[in-house]
Amino acid sequence: MPSTPRTLLDKIWDAHVVCVPPGESPLLYIDRHLVHEVTSPQAFEGLRLAGRRVRRPEATFATPDHNIPTTDRRLPIADPVSKQQIDTLRNNCREFGVRLFDLGDADQGIVHVIGPELGITQPGMTIVCGDSHTATHGAMGSLAFGIGTSEVEHVLATQTLRQVKPKSLELRVEGSLHAGVTAKDLVLYLIGKLSTEGGTGHVIEYTGPCIRRLGMEQRMTVCNMSIEAGARAGMIAPDQITFDYLRGREYVPKDFDRAVAAWERFVGDPDAAFDRTEIFAGGDVVPQVTWGTNPAQVVGIDATVPDPTAFSDPNERESGSRALEYMGLAGGTKMVDIPLDRVFIGSCTNSRIEDLRAAASVVRGYRVASTVHAMVVPGSGRVKRQAEEEGLDRVFLDAGFEWREAGCSMCLGMNPDTLTPGQRCASTSNRNFEGRQGKGGRTHLVSPAMAAAAAVAGHFTDIRHWLYR
Amino acid sequence: MQPFLTHTGVVAPLDRANVDTDQIIPKQFLKRIERTGFGQFLFFDWRFLADGSPNPAFELNRPVVAAASILLARRNFGCGSSREHAPWALADYGFKVVIAPTFADIFFSNCFQNGMLPIRLSEEDVDELFRRARATEAGGNPYRLRVDLQENTVADDAGFSRSFAVDSFRKRCLLEGLDDIALSLQHVDAITAWEAANALPAGE
Repeated sequence: MPSTPRTLLDKIWDAHVVCVPPGESPLLYIDRHLVHEVTSPQAFEGLRLAGRRVRRPEATFATPDHNIPTTDRRLPIADPVSKQQIDTLRNNCREFGVRLFDLGDADQGIVHVIGPELGITQPGMTIVCGDSHTATHGAMGSLAFGIGTSEVEHVLATQTLRQVKPKSLELRVEGSLHAGVTAKDLVLYLIGKLSTEGGTGHVIEYTGPCIRRLGMEQRMTVCNMSIEAGARAGMIAPDQITFDYLRGREYVPKDFDRAVAAWERFVGDPDAAFDRTEIFAGGDVVPQVTWGTNPAQVVGIDATVPDPTAFSDPNERESGSRALEYMGLAGGTKMVDIPLDRVFIGSCTNSRIEDLRAAASVVRGYRVASTVHAMVVPGSGRVKRQAEEEGLDRVFLDAGFEWREAGCSMCLGMNPDTLTPGQRCASTSNRNFEGRQGKGGRTHLVSPAMAAAAAVAGHFTDIRHWLYR
Repeated sequence: MQPFLTHTGVVAPLDRANVDTDQIIPKQFLKRIERTGFGQFLFFDWRFLADGSPNPAFELNRPVVAAASILLARRNFGCGSSREHAPWALADYGFKVVIAPTFADIFFSNCFQNGMLPIRLSEEDVDELFRRARATEAGGNPYRLRVDLQENTVADDAGFSRSFAVDSFRKRCLLEGLDDIALSLQHVDAITAWEAANALPAGE
């Protein structure tokens, strides 16, 4: 009997359902659990209070990233509350036997950067973390999503989660991207088309020739921002690019070729039906800049700030007007005329080596504008070392950028890296929410190349016309 | 967890769409390692002025909603970060129910973990609730709703009554105040069997 064609989501889901007890939601097995300092202390405390243990410590990996300084790591952490949170992670990992990539460890970094680079993230896996950008790992062809702290505790104790199966949404991107247009521009464009809740209740699978042409790190950028369209997870079926990326990494199976043979099965069947499909053309995408206070409030660099009073949807009209007031912008302003105070290159969206190479190639031979304070925060210790071996740190430092230690930094501003009220920032991160980078701070989301060009020009500029030196 | 059966309370209208969890609980308050005490920081950047005094222009600072325990909001409530600190802050402030046309997935599921009920109603019904709240408040009175989880209904005492959908397992967990980890551990044999079938050593 021929079996029903299945999507990638169906295959990973079916392979991980432990049981469906009568009257209860399915229990889904979790292959990898990533843990950081901000959303885990209450979960470990819950285990302690109930006298429970971590069921699979060897499938659990921890690192501090959200709340750590990015300045000299030899100095003590100045904020006692931050220090306590990082000490708590260290003590919990020791007590429960969890592998910790601690501050000072060569492999410490943003959890969504080190998972793939260490080969912890693999195709066909279920992966969770108490962080909404866990969708990043879906770039490897895994089902990866963010969970709350109570669910972190549930996974620690049982290695499973209660889950109702989400719907599937195929975003097919035909064609290819023009020169100067990156994965970041593509995903911002898609979010703009879908809205911030277009993917709610769904897992996105990105398909089509334009996606296939993207390298692994660019695929991670795309999947990373799935949550900004409301989708808890985004995924891309594994292919030779995926396997080539994983070969030789620390945590991949010893018998790699056998692993690849197993991973190759995690591809949707040709006739598998998605609950919804939307089709886009890669060639339609131009470099993107957000103008508002959510990632769907975005336009091309060649456009102007929109006039929200002309929006047909009353919610969008109200939220757009509120956003412009917060952002200190007027409808009709050309995006290229918006001046900047700060530039941040970093975050789990855009802090990998290819991101830094792209930014450095723009900056080489230029100086940061005198009105701009610019910084680069590599995603991991490994990315930082690689960049230094390639001399990228010199390019940034010579241009007047700060060159920092790895962490989440000004993506969410939990550590001392924040905007002050009214400051305007071109940021390669993922959220432009009110106050996200600091109370009263104004965030515009862009690609690393666009951020680098803005740092030099002092205002947004179209990277497609950049004069590389 | 405290069981949730019925709840009657004052409605606080928050007429905004896409309220993200960064607004519900800003990042500077995520450094604590406890689950408790987050209510004082709820909507901090909207609720307080730079000098620390309450912002009189913020909806929740109006005296008529001072005792509110039901939050009424617009589309895509709770979007953004997965931080469970958001429902912790709402619950600690005194909210038991949040009503909106749509919710972000992670926030929605985090609510149930904390004995708080998120209710989806149609855009039209939410519009109607905003109208009724405004009209009642204009008369100087707070607007109240009664939520019955056993019957899946939300109603006022002036003729508004709607039923809402809720996942049957989540409903049971709320009604009985179940410890979901204990419940899942009843299936530990199935978990061990899955691990064996997938060539993993049995968990601890």
